[in-house]
Amino acid sequence: MATNREIWERAFLTSSIRDADFMTMSGIPLEPVYGPASDDSEGPTEYPGQYPYTRGPYASMYRSKLWTMRMFAGFGTADDTNWRFKEIIKAGGDGLSTAFDMPTLLGIDSDHPMALGEVGRCGVAVDSLADMEDLYAGIDLDKTTTSMTINSPAAVIFAMYVAQAEKAGVHRSRLGGTLQNDILKEYQAQKEFVFPPRQSMRLVRDTIAFSAAEMPRWHSISISGYHIREAGSTAVEELAFTLANGFAYVELAMAAGLPVDAFAPRLSFFFNAHIDFFEEIAKYRAARRIWARWLRERYGAALDRSMQLRFHTQTAGVSLTAQQPEVNIVRTAIEALAGVLGGTQSLHTNSMDEAMALPTERTARIALRTQQVIAHETNVAHVADPLGGSWYVEHLTDEVERQAEELFSYLDEIGGGSMLEGVIKGIEDNWFQGRIADSAYDLERRFNTGRRIVVGVNAFTEGSEEEQIPLLQITNEDETRQLKRLEQVRHSRDQAAVDAALGRVRTEAADPEINLMPALIDAVSAYATLGEIMASLESVFGRHVEVPTI
Amino acid sequence: MQRILIAKVGLDGHDRGIKVVARILRDAGYEVIYTGLFQTPATVAAAAVDEDVDAIGLSMLSGAHMTLAPLVVTETRARGADIPVIVGGIVPDADIAKLKELGIAAVLTPGATSEQIVAEVAAALAAYA
Repeated sequence: MATNREIWERAFLTSSIRDADFMTMSGIPLEPVYGPASDDSEGPTEYPGQYPYTRGPYASMYRSKLWTMRMFAGFGTADDTNWRFKEIIKAGGDGLSTAFDMPTLLGIDSDHPMALGEVGRCGVAVDSLADMEDLYAGIDLDKTTTSMTINSPAAVIFAMYVAQAEKAGVHRSRLGGTLQNDILKEYQAQKEFVFPPRQSMRLVRDTIAFSAAEMPRWHSISISGYHIREAGSTAVEELAFTLANGFAYVELAMAAGLPVDAFAPRLSFFFNAHIDFFEEIAKYRAARRIWARWLRERYGAALDRSMQLRFHTQTAGVSLTAQQPEVNIVRTAIEALAGVLGGTQSLHTNSMDEAMALPTERTARIALRTQQVIAHETNVAHVADPLGGSWYVEHLTDEVERQAEELFSYLDEIGGGSMLEGVIKGIEDNWFQGRIADSAYDLERRFNTGRRIVVGVNAFTEGSEEEQIPLLQITNEDETRQLKRLEQVRHSRDQAAVDAALGRVRTEAADPEINLMPALIDAVSAYATLGEIMASLESVFGRHVEVPTI
Repeated sequence: MQRILIAKVGLDGHDRGIKVVARILRDAGYEVIYTGLFQTPATVAAAAVDEDVDAIGLSMLSGAHMTLAPLVVTETRARGADIPVIVGGIVPDADIAKLKELGIAAVLTPGATSEQIVAEVAAALAAYA
């Protein structure tokens, strides 16, 4: 019988290898991974690319390909962000990630009264297909993968993305990228919800099914712990809540009749990289192991790719300080290193000014350079799972997994044996929201008592009164330009076609058996606006109201 | 017991800060009423009058503070209430003086300690008493 090492070697030999000198600066040659030679040695004997993938989803990891340096960007109008996208590509970023403004995230148009003051502030404003066309103009979507951070209106924005790419001559089957589309964590943490949970889950189901059938390169959902952590959870809660949401989506798609191996390979994850270095690395390792076990044992997955958890990482915005912002470059570098040592597939590094504003071009470039230093100067990407076998990291990995399993047991119990029901009940009971708020307050008290130190805030504050660095200014001019653009779209389109398309959206929304994606693509193609389509859906689905709790 | 209405105005759903501040104020002996998300300046002002509160706290992290916070002051005064409106969140230094000119009683920015928050609220309440 072949040992794990021998099985790994065979897999590694079939992998492509990137062009680099795999040795230390002193010239010591480096193996692609280190581990026990035989399977009967003490401690873990698993290799990367082997179930349950604690050490990484692939045998060769960064020997084949470095992580994707995917920088999140978006502000002002579609033209502004298109320009920033082109700058990112020029600077060596190799994937796009789109940030939408608040009105877009909540599915209202820029001329809605609630949008006042918010248009283009936190991201780019998208009201109609015309904006989407401007946003990706001149970017080769056949080659560049795009991630879109959008949730409640994800299905509509997805329809716009498909429609604009096809107008530009790239068929949907060739599009690669990721739709965040993770509505459960909106109710738990980020709070950008529109429809009630069950109606939202129908839209998620439709996007998963549509992607599985028509878009083999597309990730239909990015199950996100990032926002749960930013809202105040611990690392264990981030891990457990995120994977529980993942199990809920798996059960949702299976209940719709999709075989698990038809969609699970296209599920992806998104985790935070916070400042507690080793705990973060343990979190990523435990995440891969838990996902693999649950997919195989509970959901009956047979394909390796269904069990391999792949994830994007973003450094912790909440760890950044407004005081002495340059120090944030150091925090971000340490957090990014944790993501890399944890085996992330893509990474966004925050800019030093993000406790105060969206990044400037200069600070965003420094953040990208931080990743490039890790990738090309430190040699840390030469060896897969370099901390595997460390007594400390292996212990933390086991402990994080154990505590996460306790939280899964609770959800499984309140869901009567269904994680889907358990998660929805946990949302309706404010269980997730309450735990996150408790953890946030607990941490705040530790800052206040000085038991946890934040450099420049509650210790080492000399220099904190210095003038702020120059910040990106978003003016009201962007709002004015966007309103004009929206007015033009409304005037130049065929209103009868819009009305008919919106009528179809309402009719099909009322029938839960129908997949809404074709009707949504029709509606956006007629230049129905995001707000109009969302209002049509809301007329059928209703609206979610959170009971305010402190 | 003095009553404080804390509110999220506009579309910003980030509620970590407001919930932490709510607990800090509650621990400091205030009665705290939370509006929940997605309020307008008018709904906040109406709730403040209905609940007969002594101060309003707004949590703003999306950059819309210059537009929305002064509207809360206007709407509150239009309903005949003269109570301090305090803004907490991400506010650039340059905007703080402008907000105060527009009637905002105090602005709390990232890194404020519990003691600072409680002290600023107490000072604002005393100034309007």
